[in-house]
Amino acid sequence: MAKTLYDKIWDAHIVSQVGADILLYIDRHLIHEVTTPQAFAGLNDKGRKVRCPEKTVATMDHSISTRSLALDACGPANQLQLQTLLQNCEDHGITLYPVGHQKQGIIHVMAPELGAILPGHTVVCGDSHTATHGAFGALAFGIGTSEVEHVFATQTLRQSKAKNLKVEVKGKLPIGVTAKDIILAIIGELGHAGATGYVIEYCGEAISALSMEERMTICNMSIEGGAKAGLVAPDNTTFEYIKGREKAPQGADWDAAVAYWETLYSDADAQFDRVVTLQAADIKPQVTWGTNPGQVIGVDDAIPAPTDFTDAVTQESASKALKYMALEPGQKLSDIAISHVFIGSCTNSRIEDLRAAASVAQRGNVVENVTAIVVPGSAAVKKQAEAEGLDKIFEAAGFEWRLPGCSMCLGMNDDLLKEGDRCASTSNRNFEGRQGRGARTHLVSPAMAAAAAINGKFTDVRQYEEQV
Amino acid sequence: MTPITVHTGTMVPLDIANIDTDQIIPKQFLTGVTRQGYGKHLFHDWRYLDEHEQVLNPEFNLNKPEYQGASVLITRENFGCGSSREHAPWALMDFGLQVIIAPSFADIFYGNAINNSMLPIRLTDAQMDILFAELAKNDKLMLTVDLNLQLVKCADHEFDFTIAEHHKHNLIKGLDAIGQTLEHADAITEHEKGLADWF
Ligand code: SF4
Repeated sequence: MAKTLYDKIWDAHIVSQVGADILLYIDRHLIHEVTTPQAFAGLNDKGRKVRCPEKTVATMDHSISTRSLALDACGPANQLQLQTLLQNCEDHGITLYPVGHQKQGIIHVMAPELGAILPGHTVVCGDSHTATHGAFGALAFGIGTSEVEHVFATQTLRQSKAKNLKVEVKGKLPIGVTAKDIILAIIGELGHAGATGYVIEYCGEAISALSMEERMTICNMSIEGGAKAGLVAPDNTTFEYIKGREKAPQGADWDAAVAYWETLYSDADAQFDRVVTLQAADIKPQVTWGTNPGQVIGVDDAIPAPTDFTDAVTQESASKALKYMALEPGQKLSDIAISHVFIGSCTNSRIEDLRAAASVAQRGNVVENVTAIVVPGSAAVKKQAEAEGLDKIFEAAGFEWRLPGCSMCLGMNDDLLKEGDRCASTSNRNFEGRQGRGARTHLVSPAMAAAAAINGKFTDVRQYEEQV
Repeated sequence: MTPITVHTGTMVPLDIANIDTDQIIPKQFLTGVTRQGYGKHLFHDWRYLDEHEQVLNPEFNLNKPEYQGASVLITRENFGCGSSREHAPWALMDFGLQVIIAPSFADIFYGNAINNSMLPIRLTDAQMDILFAELAKNDKLMLTVDLNLQLVKCADHEFDFTIAEHHKHNLIKGLDAIGQTLEHADAITEHEKGLADWF
């Protein structure tokens, strides 16, 4: 029977049937300090062990400082959490990439850099943006702490199968429009919870043309559409990215691996439960106006009115969001002044993101009374960016250049906004209070964020491209 | 896990869609290393007027006198979306909310709730409208969830709901999911033997 890519990975990981569910084998377990202490404690209480420490990758990212490598830089609670991870990894024989390690970084940035994520893998992490790794043709999804404990003890999860959703992006992407804009446009189309219960496979000419970094940006935000996971079928772009990395297969293993990876695609006549099609040519640079990622418009569209929506619940959400964001229907984004810019997060902190932001940043200076920070996703990204002189470009333009971590994406450290601050952010969530109580977040691409920094308000980056 | 078959309690309404886990328990409370003590921070930004949790917001339903002691939260679609933090069900449970009724839940939250013996119950939008309306008439109205019969009973209404068989089974028996899975240890070892080294 014809199978989708999701079907193929699923079938290859069935350990046994349990009632109406299956036990799914987990090939890679990514862990960080915030969602694991209670899971380790649960294991220890019952005298259980981590079944496969060698399939577990650990780093520190959420509750660390971006100004200092000291574990106590963000206070005693954060320090205790970080030290708990250190101790747990040591006790259970798990390799940890701690703060200061040259391969440390946001878990979803550093794990692919290690070559730890391969096509056909199942990957889980106590973190909803685990979907990032679907860019490799790996089935990757976020789990809760009880499930983290379950994976530690059994290297499996009890699962029921999701449905298949194909999202096809046809044609070529216009100049100035990025992967971030594609995924925001897709979420705008599907709605904030529109893909709940589905695994999305992204395909089409515009997706195939993307680099691995861009595919990671797309898959990363699958959860913002409610999806269980996002996938892109592996191809030469994927293989080239993996080749030669520390944990990648070598020699004869490499050939065997590629031969297997080449079988990982949806069969031509595979059935999807649902298909959504977008035309790349219609996608503009996107900016969110509300408090969920589905509340998004093109940069030259007007802020919508609640009455533009049909059902009562969406209307109510829209008026609540407009009030929180202090926006009026009909307003133009180019008239909205911002106070902060954040370039970073597992969505947009890879080297290509920083290059795109730097190319805009070098056109001007961060306007007075705007604070702009750039937080590379990993120590490796930071090193590469510095080798290319990007840090100098940012600093010359008035951006702060920080140490790698999650930073202002969620503000578990001191990178926090204050009430009423308005931030152009390359992260993935614009929820109320996400970046600080009462703070307002607009999600954008790295180039759009840099443009907002040097103009003090949202600016259509396509104008720069046209001058070139 | 604590076994649970029937739950009866009063309700508190939050007539808001897309309540995310950042809202349920904000990031500054995620630095804990245990599962306890999150209840006082539940809905922090909405529930308190100040950062230090000294001044309650009298407008927020959880603070209103008529809803004190409620153990059932009734709300709208896509409850628990966003971050995978299991601190969200820990905070809800610690506060005393044992049952959440909504038209839909985000996937990860739903699983996390079940893993903590909390009942996430899905009813239709129309049934939710009835619950909100009944509660508006009588804010001390009792609601009963019968997991065995898969029924929600409230005033003269009875609504059936669906729940996966294994979720129901684990909740009623209070089973430890890891213990159950470890019974399949041989099958796991067998699967591992079939994996190429490079995989
Ligand atoms: S960067 Fe943000 S979304 Fe990504 S893992 Fe860190 S906190 Fe989560």
